[in-house]
Amino acid sequence: MLENIDWILVKDIISCVFILSGVFFILVATIGLLRLPDFYIRMSAITKGSTLGLGLILFGLGIYFNQPSMLLKVLAVITFTLITAPVAAHVIGRTAVQNKIPFWEYTNLKEFKKYLHREHLEEVVNYDKYEEQVLKKKKKEKKEKKAAAREKFGE
Amino acid sequence: MVVLSFCLLLTAVRFAIGPTLPDRITAFDLIVADVIGIIAIYTEFTGNEDLIDVAIILSLFGFLGSISFAYYLMKITK
Repeated sequence: MLENIDWILVKDIISCVFILSGVFFILVATIGLLRLPDFYIRMSAITKGSTLGLGLILFGLGIYFNQPSMLLKVLAVITFTLITAPVAAHVIGRTAVQNKIPFWEYTNLKEFKKYLHREHLEEVVNYDKYEEQVLKKKKKEKKEKKAAAREKFGE
Repeated sequence: MVVLSFCLLLTAVRFAIGPTLPDRITAFDLIVADVIGIIAIYTEFTGNEDLIDVAIILSLFGFLGSISFAYYLMKITK
C-alpha cells in the first residue's frame, strides 16, 4: 500500500497548499490595508498578515526544493522577517504617535491616556479631533496652558 | 503569482491615496513583502535556486528602508 504512493506528488501538493494559504493571507492583509479606517489598525493588519503570509510561502518553497541548503536559506529569510517586521511596525507606530496622526473615533484610548498622564507626556500627543472640540467647549484656559506647555516643549 | 500582483496593485492604490506619510511607509513595507513572495513563487516556477538570495537581500533592504524613513520622520518633526 505504502509503495504505491507517489511521494513527489505528495510533496508538491503540500508545498502548493502552503503557498496558496500564504498568498491568501497576503491578500487579506492587502484588503485590510485598503478597507480599514485608521492608520494604526491598518498597520497591525499589514504586519501580522504579511509576516504570516511570507512565512507560509517561503516554507512551501523550502518543502518544494527538498534540499538542506535551500531550507537553510528559506529559514534565514523567515527568521529575518519575523525579527524585523514587528520592529519596523513599532518604530513607525511610535513615530505616528509623535506626529499626532489622528486615532479612529471608536478606539478605546483610556489606558493610553492613563499612561501619558503617568509619564507627563500629555503635551506631546493630542487626541481625537472630537476630544479636542469637547475640550474647547469646556475650558479655553486649559488650552492656553497647553499651548504654553507646547512652546516649552518646542524649546 | 497573479494574486500577488493584484495585491501589489491594491497596495499601490493605498500608496497613492494614503492620507499621511506613515501610511505610505507601511504600504511600502507591504510592497516589499509582496515582491519577496513573487520572487519566491518565480523561484519555484523556474527551479533556479540562486534567486532566493535576492529575496534575502530584499528583506534586509526593506527593513532598512522603512526604519530609515521612520527615523527621518522623527527627525523632521522635532
